Formats: sequence, C-alpha cells, structure tokens
Amino acid sequence: MAKQSKTLNLNFGPQHPAAHGVLRLILELDGEVVEKADPHIGLLHRGTEKLIEHKTYSQAVPYFDRLDYVAPMNQEHAFALAIERILKIEVPIRAQYIRVLFCEIGRILSHILNITTQALDVGALTPSLWGFEERETLMTFYERVSGSRLHANYFRAGGVHKDLPRGLDVDIAEFIKKFPKIIDDLEALLTDNRIFKQRNVDIGIVSKQDALDYSFSGVMLRGSNVAWDLRKSQPYDCYEQMEFNIPVGTNGDCYDRYLCRVEEMKQSVKIIDQCLKNMPKGPIKTLDGKISPPPKKVLKESMEALIHHFKLFTEGYRVDKDELYTAVEAPKGEFGVYLISDGSNKPYKCKIRAPGFSHLQAMDYLIKGHMLADVPAVLGSLDIVFGEIDR
Amino acid sequence: MFSLQDLEKKINSELNTKINSSKINHNQIYVNIDSKDLIDVILFLKNNETTKFRQLIDVTAVDFPQNDKRFKLVYLFLSHEYNSRLILECYINEDEIVPTMTKIYPAANWMEREVFDMYGIVFKDHPDLRRILTDYGFEGYPLRKDFPLSGHNEVRYSEDEKKVIYEPVKLEQDYRNFDYDSPWEGTKYIKNNSKEK
Repeated sequence: MAKQSKTLNLNFGPQHPAAHGVLRLILELDGEVVEKADPHIGLLHRGTEKLIEHKTYSQAVPYFDRLDYVAPMNQEHAFALAIERILKIEVPIRAQYIRVLFCEIGRILSHILNITTQALDVGALTPSLWGFEERETLMTFYERVSGSRLHANYFRAGGVHKDLPRGLDVDIAEFIKKFPKIIDDLEALLTDNRIFKQRNVDIGIVSKQDALDYSFSGVMLRGSNVAWDLRKSQPYDCYEQMEFNIPVGTNGDCYDRYLCRVEEMKQSVKIIDQCLKNMPKGPIKTLDGKISPPPKKVLKESMEALIHHFKLFTEGYRVDKDELYTAVEAPKGEFGVYLISDGSNKPYKCKIRAPGFSHLQAMDYLIKGHMLADVPAVLGSLDIVFGEIDR
Repeated sequence: MFSLQDLEKKINSELNTKINSSKINHNQIYVNIDSKDLIDVILFLKNNETTKFRQLIDVTAVDFPQNDKRFKLVYLFLSHEYNSRLILECYINEDEIVPTMTKIYPAANWMEREVFDMYGIVFKDHPDLRRILTDYGFEGYPLRKDFPLSGHNEVRYSEDEKKVIYEPVKLEQDYRNFDYDSPWEGTKYIKNNSKEK
C-alpha cells in the first residue's frame, strides 16, 4: 500500500504583517515543511503602464514614485535617463551630482527599511525603531528638496526640478558624519546576534547559476558572489567619477544578503560624501527651453520664455520616434524602462522592469523544503515592495 | 574584448537566414526575427561562447492595431561577460501561438504570464499560463490599445449586500482626452479628411 501523504494548504497573507504588503502566498505544507509556494500577486495593480501611455512625459514622472515607494527617486532616474538618451540632452554636471546624491539617499532609505523589517520578521523589534528614526531624517531631506517626503516628483528629463535649498548640503554632510555610527549600532544588534544568525544563515541559498537563470539583480545577485553592479559596469550620470566598492557575498543565503546591504549603506555614505565635496556650481537642468521650463524671473520679461512655459505645461515636449531600454541600479536591483516613443507628447509604450518581480517569482524555488518559519526570513531578504511588483 | 559591431556581425553571420534585420542604437543591439525561429535564436544567444546572453531581463509586447501583424513581441537580454544588451523583436499575428522560453530561462515564467495577462498572447507549452496581475475572473486584455483606460468594471463595498460587488464603470465626467496637437502643424483628422477628398 502506498504511503498516504496529506498536505495542508495555507493562505499566507494578503493581510499578514510579514508579507511586506499585499502578497497572497498559497503554501502547501507537509507538517511544517513547505512543499510548494504559489505567490498570488496583483492585489496592488494600478495599471501604471496603461496610465503612462495616456499622460505626457512630464505627467508620467509621478507614477514612478509610486512604484518602489521606499526609494522613489531611483525610479524617476531611469525614466529621466530614457528620455534624455532619446532626445540627446546634455545634463548639467551639478544636476548629475544632485541626482546621484539623492539616489544614494534612496538606497540608504530602502536598505534601512529592508534590514530592519527583515530583523522584525525574525523577531527583533529594536532595529526597526532605531532605523526608522534615521529614515525620518532622510525623508526630511527629500521634503526640503522636493516638497514631499515620499512621492518626490523631483527628477526631470534634463536635470532636476529645483536647486538644493540653502543649508541642505550642510545638514546632509552632518547626517552622514553620524550615520556610520548608527550602522554600527544596528550591526551590533544583528550581525553577531545568535538568534538572527540562526534564522538567516544557510536559509534561502541561491547558487550563482540559479541567480542568473532567475534574472536576479542587485543584492540578490551580488549575495551569490556575482560581482555585477550597473553603477560600475554601465555607469550613468556621474557614477564614473565616484569611488566606491561593490560588496559581494559568498554563500548566497539570507545572511550574506543582509551583510551586502549593510556594506552598501556604508558605500552609499561614501558616495554622498564625494557628491557633497565635489558638487560644482551651475545650472541644475538643461537650458533648452523646449524641454525644461524657464525660470520665473525670465518669464515676466521674455515673450519667448512665456510661450515655452505655456507650451510645456499644456502640450508638453515631444519625443522623437525611437525605442530603447534603460536601466539603473535601484536599491532592489536592476530597474529598467523600455520606452517606445512615436514622436508625440505621450509615450507609445512604457514597460517597467521591476527587480522584485523576478525575485518574487523564484519564491517557490527558494522556499521548497524549508520550514514554514523560514518563509518570513526569505521574504524579508528578497526585499520586495508591492508598488513595483504589481505596478 | 568584443565591440558591439563585432557582436552584431557575428550574430548575423551565424544566423544569417534567420535574421530579418539588425541595428545598433543607444549602445544596444536590436535584432528582428520571425516567430518560428524564436527558440533557435534564443538558444544560440544564450549558449554561444561569443554572445553569452545569460540573463533574460524582460519579455513584453507592443500593440500596433493598424499593422497586419498586430503584436511585436520583445525579449530583452543582458550578457554579464560582455557587458552588452540585446533587444530581440518579432512580429506576430493576433491569434498566433508562440513557444514558451521557460525551459531555457526559468525567469520567463512570470514574464510570459504577464504578457498573456496584458495582451492575450498565448505561449505554447507554458507550465502555468494563468493571469497574474489582474483580478480573479478579469476579462479583457488591459494593455491592448483598444481597451479603455477606465476599464469595464468597478468595485465597491455594498452596504445592502454586505460584500464587495462589481458594477459597470460609471464616471461623473467622461475621461477627457485633449488633442494637444498644434493647429498650425495640422491635426491628424484634417490631414485624413483632405486625403479623402
């Protein structure tokens, strides 16, 4: 007689605090061992790509904030770069430095959230309380430069919306001076913590080959000992002039990915420091009146500027017929925009490549054979945010 | 180190009968092929020593309702070894069934599900071709150009029935799609009218 096996189906989410948003995970359990995981996504689907097809290029930027809402400006960066490459716009050096500065702030924002919530998922409460205080400080930097804490809408094709307000660079410099101490404090809580290690070491191991096959990118790839970072390999804006290192893991488990993120935060601090020290004076967006609106002062004196302003805020600018794929190294991995323009003022098609989508796809492969209690640990180290996965 | 030009030449010479056209733009190679050659070409791109496109970055489609072959299927590849990107395109009919890439790239699974969900393109031999992003029981293919932006159904909680119900979309004000084209440059409908005369 064949052995009768009985599996239990368990619904994990969509309202589970460790599901990092609205993930519905259907788990097939044999005792406490997970036999199969079937993630149901799309509960936060808003039709971003369809909406972008119906908006002008400048109206489409805010949708990118709402993808990975933990690091909004990194997404805007990809879209701005795509338009700039089609229109062959020269971005002023100062604008490039400001963009890189805020992308790295975004990276720290995202990594703090991920590290601390991953710790929370495996039972450590304190890191999240400490980490969120720093996130708040960083978000006030966002607020001071763009007017909002999360949905910044700050990057434009050809530069950024406004120059840094007076005193912000000093405050950021002050912050990054004391931030390494905070990282050390977090590390003191987690890195050698017995419970944290028991829950993460050798859990969710990804081999090098599988990381490539499953289209992993970012920390998920680097954790598995693949030295690949778009900031180094295909540098955009002024990353070429920055000096920083790319940490890679050796085992490809949840713990290595945690260590990579910690190290990346330290590297981000280094980049921010270089940005602040080397940032030149100058314009912060392209001076081409057909792309970026003229300053208010000129508006009152020049007829041409007035026409440009009117045309930009009604019709928007037109983008020549072209198609391309542009990717940036977002905190979660390779975030890309596949843009098709048809010469009008709206994109014909704008496919958004979200890193979390391919990471979550591998959930079944990652969790098979693990215990139920490892599900939150693996989910936490995947660093998923549903804004970008569901789009 | 290969340059992109060498790579393009190499691909063209190895697969010359299968390539319809290729070009280099924005530091990426664009290759256009027929849908029947998809598997052969992709296997070559992945395994050949001189190409090594080991990562499938994304699969997507583009809708051109005016074309005979309505959809353009697009595969984006990345090669870490040679630090190069390739965009593979093929035009397919509305009812054409294309082979799945899940055997070659496991990552294609959800990507193809998304294309199926958004455009209704069916992939042959796909292990699990369900809808992915849209609601359970959703009808229609949202990213097709003939699908309305506002959708067909809206959802609300009904106090009477004590549950979430679906209703046809009712907007207080119609969606306003402005014609931004400058009249001096000539709008499309005037151009079309003058042609008919």
